[in-house]
Amino acid sequence: MSNATTNAETVHRVSFLDKDSLAIPILKILQADGTAYEEAVLPVIDEALAAKIHDTCVFTRVLDERMLGAQRQGRISFYMTCTGEEASIIGSTAALDDGDVILAQYREHAAIRYRGFTTEQFMNQMFSNEKDFGKGRQMPIHYGSEALNYQTISSPLATQIPQATGVAYSLKMQGKRNVAICYFGEGAASEGDFHAGLNMAAVLNSPVIFFCRNNGYAISTPTDEQFKGNGIASRGVGYGMHTIRVDGNDMLAVLAATQQARAYALDNNAPVLIEAMTYRLGAHSSSDDPSGYRSKDEEAKWQQHDPVKRFKLWMINKGWMNEQRDADLYVKYREEVLSELKVAEKIPTPHIDNIIEDVYDTPTPILKKQLADLKNHVKKYPESYPKSAGRV
Amino acid sequence: MAQMNMLQAINQALSSEMEADKKMMVFGEDVGHFGGVFRATSGLQEKFGRERCFNTPLTEQGIAGFANGLASNGMTAVAEIQFADYIFPAIDQIVNESAKFRYRSGNEFNVGGLTFRTPYGGGIAGGHYHSQSPEAYFTQTPGLKVVVPRNPEQAKGLLIASIRDKNPVIFFEPKRLYRASVGEVPEGDHVIELGKAEVIKQGTDITLLGWGAQMEILENAAEMAAKKGISCEIIDLRTLSPWDVDTVAASVKKTGRLLINHEAPLTGGFAGEIAATIQEECFLYLESPIARVCGLDTPYPLIHEKEYMPDALKTFEAIKASVKF
Ligand SMILES: Cc1ncc(C[n+]2csc(CCOP(=O)(O)OP(=O)(O)O)c2C)c(N)n1
Repeated sequence: MSNATTNAETVHRVSFLDKDSLAIPILKILQADGTAYEEAVLPVIDEALAAKIHDTCVFTRVLDERMLGAQRQGRISFYMTCTGEEASIIGSTAALDDGDVILAQYREHAAIRYRGFTTEQFMNQMFSNEKDFGKGRQMPIHYGSEALNYQTISSPLATQIPQATGVAYSLKMQGKRNVAICYFGEGAASEGDFHAGLNMAAVLNSPVIFFCRNNGYAISTPTDEQFKGNGIASRGVGYGMHTIRVDGNDMLAVLAATQQARAYALDNNAPVLIEAMTYRLGAHSSSDDPSGYRSKDEEAKWQQHDPVKRFKLWMINKGWMNEQRDADLYVKYREEVLSELKVAEKIPTPHIDNIIEDVYDTPTPILKKQLADLKNHVKKYPESYPKSAGRV
Repeated sequence: MAQMNMLQAINQALSSEMEADKKMMVFGEDVGHFGGVFRATSGLQEKFGRERCFNTPLTEQGIAGFANGLASNGMTAVAEIQFADYIFPAIDQIVNESAKFRYRSGNEFNVGGLTFRTPYGGGIAGGHYHSQSPEAYFTQTPGLKVVVPRNPEQAKGLLIASIRDKNPVIFFEPKRLYRASVGEVPEGDHVIELGKAEVIKQGTDITLLGWGAQMEILENAAEMAAKKGISCEIIDLRTLSPWDVDTVAASVKKTGRLLINHEAPLTGGFAGEIAATIQEECFLYLESPIARVCGLDTPYPLIHEKEYMPDALKTFEAIKASVKF
């Protein structure tokens, strides 16, 4: 038998395994007060890396707060925050090389920010103006940047998971010392694409890091109505891959796990699964009201595990940060976000010609005819198509 | 009669059917206590319990396969796919399984008691993953019925008929009308027969045909045309599969002209099928080519949604061109 079951021991009485047979521990490095557990082994981190992580945390908090406000004022149509999950997202991205390819779900804007996405670029996407890389075609928060190795977000859930397996395989075949990282929620892990993607990665030896943000909810559905196993991590083991579970609100735990996962994936040409145990502090999106399905008490409890605060306290303990510098950074980003927002909302929308672009590499004859008809129509009724009128 | 919006009408249809049919269950993503992201199923879990109205894990493939299993074993399954854009992960279960259960088993097994409900269509600034109209993919599949209501009263009557129908039905709900469309809905058992189109306005010069949210657009276009002295007959197809050729053909024989409007892209859209059939049925009666006012052959854009839409103005222009031909 060429099967791994050959080294299984034999028993002679019926005995079943259950989910506790696969109870997977949670890695924690930082305590609530910002000091490390005594026996903890810290990740590779210096002051510059810590500062960059902290900076991204503050920017993300400010962006989330301001843009949710902008959505409520009707200035953008939709928004999603990553509030509460900053350590999961930033701690993992900070462990990567810039050449590693990120395939995100939608709540990982901190990752593209960490890579260098500018405030202006964020605003252009959210305001669907003519400078948006995505040419105004997708809803706010669907960022993407080839230069930053961050593939553009697609709304259908979990489709990026088997894609990440393919991206990683291509990195390997191109001889690059790079991995792909794939983010998804515990809800998305129920999709068929999750199972297909993990199984293929394990069997085909793809150097991919599957990063599950287990944040407790998929819209209104709590985890106990999503899965019954020992979290998502137990499935990594089931597919035969290196697996770890971390405290997703602990920046250093996420960083440490991802640094080692990356090294392992590269050295072994093998996938790794990381399950980050965190909590979605905000609503699912600006269209959702969580008061219909969870209690304020529950949210308040999780507020006490604020990942951004915990990491800041660690930096203060190290003498790498102080309250004043932290507060100044918030002020700086609030001003920056607001002023970039005002600029972006005045930039014109993409030209009407863009409507037929990128459907194919070059527009087909039918598309060209449809555009010509459309332009004639808009010329006839300019007042009904204010976004394109005057520019046909 | 009571005034309500489309969501309330759908909720009422589900509730009364669950009341009458103890074997009926309603499920999908977030449909349980939360009542669905649009609240179409709100209150059902409280009324009928968690075993009959429940959240599923987030897997459309699983939902459709599970629904096939329930229905193949004698239950009435009403599954919600949160957005029609996300029905594609379920397509194998629906197209290869739901549609063919009866045929491939020689009617040893069937999934007659199965209905998929799903919000479809644009006009809500949802971009291409919250705006698609995928009805044509399903009209291409023998064994499925495809139904689209245009207002609350129709939604209740057609949904009840879909649930009771002995075939798997895909019930597309026009989400931009969920709250916007309010009207009188008959109380109690209100059933509208599937497979029948409805002539909603009589006219003499041209037949306008559509379904779902586009019916409002056709009505607006007909009003514009009336000011130019053009009399439009308006038909709501209601069921796309099987569709009511007779009602449409009779109308076109009377008016001599046909315009079909749908939100999905033109190429491969259901309008093409209708045009081909009506051209066969009514060739000698046609006074102008059959007109199609449809979405462009592009994914549904966000910023150019208005430009993309087969709106009333585009329909009005096509009406004039057809009459002047
Ligand atoms: C295939 C598919 N089905 C349904 C949806 C609608 N939807 C968007 S987000 C979401 C919940 C996702 O939950 P999870 O993966 O846990 O991520 P979280 O939002 O908690 O970060 C759902 C059901 C979708 N986008 N794609």
